Amino acid sequence: MNNLFKIAIRNLRRYKRRTLLTASLITIGVVFVLVFISVSGSFKAMMIGQITDSMLGHVQVHRKGYVASIDNLPLNLNLMLPMLKKLEKVLGAQEAIEAYSPRIKFGGMLSNFVETTNIRLNGVYPDQELKTVPLLSSRISDGKALLEKGEIIIPALLSRGMGVKLDDVIVIVATNKDGSVNGKQFRVAGIIESATGPGGRDGYVHIEDAMEVLRMTEMEVSEVAIRLKDFDKLASFTDTLEGLLAGEVNKQGKSVFEVHNWEKLSPFYNIARMIDIMTFFVKLMLIAIVLISIMNVMIMAVYERIREIGTIAAIGTLPGKILSMFVIEGLCLGILGTLSGCILGVVILWLINMAKITFNFGQQTGLILSATIQPADLAIISGIVILVSVIASLQPAIKASRMEPIVALRHV
Amino acid sequence: MGLITAESVSKEYRTGEITVKALKGVSFDIEPAAFVSFVGPSGSGKTTLLNLIGCLDKPTDGQLKVADTDVSDLGRKASAEFRGSHIGFIFQDFNLMPVLTVYENIEYPLLMVQSLPPAERRERVGKLLQGVGMADQRNKYSDQISGGQKQRVAIARALVTNPKLVLADEPTANLDSGTAHAVIDLMKKMRDEMGTTFIFSTHDPKIVSEAEIIYRLEDGMLVGKSVQSGGSDHE
Repeated sequence: MNNLFKIAIRNLRRYKRRTLLTASLITIGVVFVLVFISVSGSFKAMMIGQITDSMLGHVQVHRKGYVASIDNLPLNLNLMLPMLKKLEKVLGAQEAIEAYSPRIKFGGMLSNFVETTNIRLNGVYPDQELKTVPLLSSRISDGKALLEKGEIIIPALLSRGMGVKLDDVIVIVATNKDGSVNGKQFRVAGIIESATGPGGRDGYVHIEDAMEVLRMTEMEVSEVAIRLKDFDKLASFTDTLEGLLAGEVNKQGKSVFEVHNWEKLSPFYNIARMIDIMTFFVKLMLIAIVLISIMNVMIMAVYERIREIGTIAAIGTLPGKILSMFVIEGLCLGILGTLSGCILGVVILWLINMAKITFNFGQQTGLILSATIQPADLAIISGIVILVSVIASLQPAIKASRMEPIVALRHV
Repeated sequence: MGLITAESVSKEYRTGEITVKALKGVSFDIEPAAFVSFVGPSGSGKTTLLNLIGCLDKPTDGQLKVADTDVSDLGRKASAEFRGSHIGFIFQDFNLMPVLTVYENIEYPLLMVQSLPPAERRERVGKLLQGVGMADQRNKYSDQISGGQKQRVAIARALVTNPKLVLADEPTANLDSGTAHAVIDLMKKMRDEMGTTFIFSTHDPKIVSEAEIIYRLEDGMLVGKSVQSGGSDHE
């Protein structure tokens, strides 16, 4: 086998210019894919991070049917205290959970005594909420994130629109699930930017204030947001939790809970999917580049060496060995292009990171592009290129191995 | 029993509607360690006959036995294995592998065809390098040596597997007269040392005179046999 590699490498060196040209083409392809994957991957990770860590959490548990009418914030689909206790018991036993936060979500009217507008409010335990969505505090443009009772964090949109400032007193009026209206005064303790751009109308109050406004006699929550220790285990955790909660059924024998991870709850998942699809097509382009360039070179190599093939076949080299010779030559070319592509790609990524390129996402500005590539991605790209190199070499190699020596020796 | 026995061997080539009869019922018998030449004008069937003996092609009719094996109907793989173990080839254009050194070219059949262990390869190649006078050129590539030297290397490559038979199609056609004679002398010397049968084709009368047995071919038919150097001429 070593000798086959030796002959393959020498044949590649024999046609230096062509080898370098083809290897360069593969190198450029590999670099392009690596840079694209790392930059788009970094953007995707940052985007997912912003969505999950500053708003949604990784997983949410609701009462069955809540998510279908989530835009209405239906109070009659809240998780009642017995359900909440059962859920908290299950969540408390999960090693994979870093933190969870119960929320009461409701719609109301915000008045500064001059103007009134609608607002969506999240009643939360501030410390639990900040552990579950730690980037929430980074969205606070003014004031504090750790609410106390009687305080409210209002969205920047309303603050600017209604001229409400920090420490101003406002009134929240809301209707409870029985239809009665109640109101409560709050002191503005913080102004929060929207996670996803202009238009966010979500504010935060203490969960006990939410209960008071909604005249709840005992705790009931709209959802429980969960943060995992390891985001990569999201899918398996979701399945596990679904399995654990599937046994909780109502009198009609139907499931009480529904579990959704961020992918089912945020439209940004579609952007993440688009990035994945684009990455897939970029990989397809790389495959096409490698396939065409190596096949082209190997077809030329076979054509130029027909008499050599005839000679080695005549002196008794078996067809399988002739096939191996050409496949290994394509393989070596693929390895050369992959290695140089990976090295150059990593250098370019390092330069990108050194340049500290910044971009904006929603209200978050000046985010530094942190292009990273995982060793697994490098291995996958390299594996694809090397595999495609072998596949591309097969047709010319089979042709060479099936050549009749007498015909090949007559070739001029 | 001879090393090669041909009985009424014919070969036809078909090009579209036209059928060309390259060999027409040729019969002969060649003994081991013979030094044989097939001579004749272009198109007489010399190369076709060497290709059939060398298992590079199959006869259309007749029976051809080489080293007690009927090679008339060997399969593709069996032909390759038979050639690798019984036959050496010397080509008109030398056909050395340009990416291999002199040493590696000679070693190639042992390595890639017979897969012999390194020590045995070294011994055999070293011996043949000495035998063909190329020991001091062992690390040169084929583009760094002369035509005569290339043919010496080709002879060594043909002999390195200890074949029973070496076939050489016009081995001196690309060499000057002095080098051509030197190459033929070398082939004779190797025959004497190793007992290998050499069969070569040529149309050069000076080279023909070096052969011990001469078969004359014309229009695909064997028209005469001469035995020289102690043998009696009988045309």
